[in-house]
Amino acid sequence: MTATDVAPARPAPSAAVVGRTVSYKVPVALGVLGLAALVLFGLLGPAGETTTFGVSGASDLVRIDPLELPSRATAVVLSVVALLLAAYSAVVARASREVPVWLVTVFGVVWVLAFLTWAVAGKSTSLVSLLQGSLLLAVPLAFGALGGLLNERAGVVNIAIEGQLLTGAFGAAVIGSVTGNAYVGLVAAPVFALVIGAMLALFTVKYHVNQIIVGVVLNVFAVGLTSFLYGSVLKEDAARLNSPPRLEVLPVPGLSQIPVLGPVLFRQTIIVYLLYVAVVVVSVALFRTRWGLRVRAVGEYPQAADTVGIDVERTRWHNVLLGSAVAGLGGAFFTIGSVGAFGEEMTAGKGYIALAAMILGRWSPVGALTAALLFGFADKLQQVLGVLQTPIPNQFMLMLPYIVTIFAVAGLVGRVRGPAAAGEPYEKG
Amino acid sequence: MKLELQGITKRFGPLVANDAIDLVVEPGQIHALLGENGAGKSTLMNVLFGLYTADEGTILLDGQERTFRGPRDALAAGIGMVHQHFMLVPVFTVAESVMLGHEDTRGGGFLDLDTARRRVRELSDRFGFGLDPDAVVEDLPVGVQQRVEIVKALAREAKVLILDEPTAVLTPQETDDLIGIMRQLKDAGTSIVFITHKLREVKEVADTITVIRRGAVVGSAQPDASENQLAELMVGREVSLGLDKAPPTLGDVTFVVEGLTVRDSTGHTAVDGVSFSVAQGEILAVAGVQGNGQTELTEAILGVLPADAGSVTLAGRELVGMSPHDILAAGLGFVPEDRKVEGLVLDFTVGENLVLDRYDTAPFARGVGLDLKALRRNAQERIAEYDIRTQGHGQEVGRLSGGNQQKVVVARELSRPLKLFIASQPTRGVDVGSIEFLHRRIVAERDAGTPVIIVSTELDEVAELADRIAVMYEGRIVGIVAGDTPRSVLGLMMAGVPLEEAREQAREDAEPEDGAPGTPVDTGTTSTSATGDEQ
Ligand SMILES: Nc1ncnc2c1ncn2[C@@H]1O[C@H](COP(=O)(O)OP(=O)(O)OP(=O)(O)O)[C@@H](O)[C@H]1O
Ligand SMILES: [Mg+2]
Repeated sequence: MTATDVAPARPAPSAAVVGRTVSYKVPVALGVLGLAALVLFGLLGPAGETTTFGVSGASDLVRIDPLELPSRATAVVLSVVALLLAAYSAVVARASREVPVWLVTVFGVVWVLAFLTWAVAGKSTSLVSLLQGSLLLAVPLAFGALGGLLNERAGVVNIAIEGQLLTGAFGAAVIGSVTGNAYVGLVAAPVFALVIGAMLALFTVKYHVNQIIVGVVLNVFAVGLTSFLYGSVLKEDAARLNSPPRLEVLPVPGLSQIPVLGPVLFRQTIIVYLLYVAVVVVSVALFRTRWGLRVRAVGEYPQAADTVGIDVERTRWHNVLLGSAVAGLGGAFFTIGSVGAFGEEMTAGKGYIALAAMILGRWSPVGALTAALLFGFADKLQQVLGVLQTPIPNQFMLMLPYIVTIFAVAGLVGRVRGPAAAGEPYEKG
Repeated sequence: MKLELQGITKRFGPLVANDAIDLVVEPGQIHALLGENGAGKSTLMNVLFGLYTADEGTILLDGQERTFRGPRDALAAGIGMVHQHFMLVPVFTVAESVMLGHEDTRGGGFLDLDTARRRVRELSDRFGFGLDPDAVVEDLPVGVQQRVEIVKALAREAKVLILDEPTAVLTPQETDDLIGIMRQLKDAGTSIVFITHKLREVKEVADTITVIRRGAVVGSAQPDASENQLAELMVGREVSLGLDKAPPTLGDVTFVVEGLTVRDSTGHTAVDGVSFSVAQGEILAVAGVQGNGQTELTEAILGVLPADAGSVTLAGRELVGMSPHDILAAGLGFVPEDRKVEGLVLDFTVGENLVLDRYDTAPFARGVGLDLKALRRNAQERIAEYDIRTQGHGQEVGRLSGGNQQKVVVARELSRPLKLFIASQPTRGVDVGSIEFLHRRIVAERDAGTPVIIVSTELDEVAELADRIAVMYEGRIVGIVAGDTPRSVLGLMMAGVPLEEAREQAREDAEPEDGAPGTPVDTGTTSTSATGDEQ
């Protein structure tokens, strides 16, 4: 029943057709997960234990007592709720409608809570710091994804996010350290990443080299260059060159006092606030302004853009540079935003996860942020549970962020269509 | 504005697409450009519009020499163009497409979509196009996309307007409307270059005609020249306009559609309980205004759209539920309405495109590989048979001229043994000489005993080919009538008037004027009230 069989050039616009035929894939998946939760976390869970969730931090004005929940009963209740949601999704599917995103989301939250209640049984953990940490870990991913989508919306695939994060991290550390000012380091990060962006633009936009290949090469180049400089220069004089101050936490007056959400969202460093601003600005710019309309035209059908007088090459140059700067800002998180000093290959593949976040977020800034938060949460959860000594082997927990990535991209994304001309060089006749 | 092209030469590798072409368009003149497929018309216009850079020659506007480094310069100089292949971003709305490049803003670069919508509505009302500013381009049938492309060019208020085959997918009524618009613009002083393969449009609207063949100007003509003279000038040989086909010899009825109901991608019922059958050795033409379910009907038969209800049987086999691959293998030859999106892989070579639905069968498959020799031999045969103008079978199909791309699709579909042949707009953008050939080829297929379905908005084509005509309106078949049914009756049926009433009304309409009841209107006119109000 695929339309692609006869339309090799472009799948016929029949996305809705797929949604119309009754498909029980989602309800079945949710049902199986729900049952697994009921059996593993509920019925087979430890009897007589309590799970303690902290919901406010030490410095909050309004202190809320930690929630103490009977582990097994709570997990059973949550699993049943999850199963009810799965049943409702079956009803929706039977009416030949697509299972709504909110339903899957709520299911996910409930399921994870059931899992947490089980994993933390007999111990205690703070929900606030779990969420706070998730947001923090999502920062480089979200910046990377934003940088990626700025490129792809203009028709240039950006595999080089990883390299841009890495050079950004490096630049922030070195410049922050030399000047002794984290904020100068923060400004330096995008400037360093621009080097990678400029090379990407030069080879792909000007010389029409394959975008994927250039991206991969630039990543290797960034690793090589930063590792070399680290080994030969930074290590020699670490005190001067690689001991940047860290960005301080700046609580937003008032807002940071809101219970639970306040500390999570508004007791962060400036880089997190910059992320909020960036997501809003990029969303509005892409979808509400002349600039955005033109960028999207270039990414979808460059020839059409050209025929109405839009300079395709210049648009792509601008966007590749802008995108790399945004990604570079995310790189600053690794050094001045968290540990301080730069370390070899410290981005550890986060650039690729950012790419996944961009796709999962369907090339929209808000979507990319949401996806980044999901991956950030998986990462933080892994860290927290690793410390707590849960019944799950630690090695497995280390896999968690990546498993979530694969399932999210494969399962939730389904049929999405990125900018049609992404990856295609534009050559005039 | 006065436009002069002097000695324009454009080469693509060894091919000279334009060979020292001179052309003068006076202010307020409609200048028709005629020429067979691949003659170099689009190339010349792309040079003028700044998309291609000429190898030699100069462009003068009002006597002043101009160089265009890109369309931006041409647009700034007051040149507008409707491109043969639509330059529309598929995921944009109509309003976004029309405003792109000269957007209304609210200050600060924020788009003013309300103004854009209003502008689209104004233009579309003025010209009777009935466009919805919020419709997404890729969901629109090609005829409507064509109107968007025209509105896009008109919104710019160009002083020189290039129209590259704007009428290829328009209905006669829409064509008449467009001709009216062209006259309005001309009176306001706009110079228009008009490219078309439909000679009667040229005769109706052109002030002067230039004919090019194989890249060079071969002559000019006045609009009072006969169609035959024009055709001869274009092709360089005598063309018999009008096809004298023998009456059909009907065989068994092997193709039957019963109660077919199909929903389009938005869930709207596009085909509503349609039933008909076609016998071997018969051509059934499906006539109707674009967007009345013809596209969905053919796509459902091919299997790319699922049928909600009903059955489709070919030689006793149920096709509903089969995959397009299996349906094609069962003997369906299919020419889609949009060659660029559905008919061809533009980056593949001509040879590869000629075997797209046969690469996995003998003689082209050899084990898991391809028999490249067989592929080449096939390509050479088809290129010769269909007179496809290409630099060779290894050329990318996207580089061919529009009409030649169309010939590749038709050639491919007719090059294997068929049990059923369905073609939508089979001669879209094809020149008169090649139309003659393709029509003969389709009739030959019929005479070989294949049931044939032709979907066309072109009443000339319908009249020429059809043994029977099914008229579709809002997803239903209004009636199935004989092939020689008068245009006036067809026109009314296309507006949804049932057969009997249409006959009545056509008789009444005809009598008071000239008392020639119900005779077919001669092909030289387009003034039937063919379409009515489809919105
Ligand atoms: N970008 C290109 N690269 C190579 N060859 C090209 C290119 N564009 C056009 N051609 C060739 O130039 C010739 C003229 O093509 P053109 O599109 O101008 O024809 P046309 O007169 O518009 O024909 P049609 O009526 O079919 O649209 C053709 O042989 C075509 O294959
Ligand atoms: Mg052309």
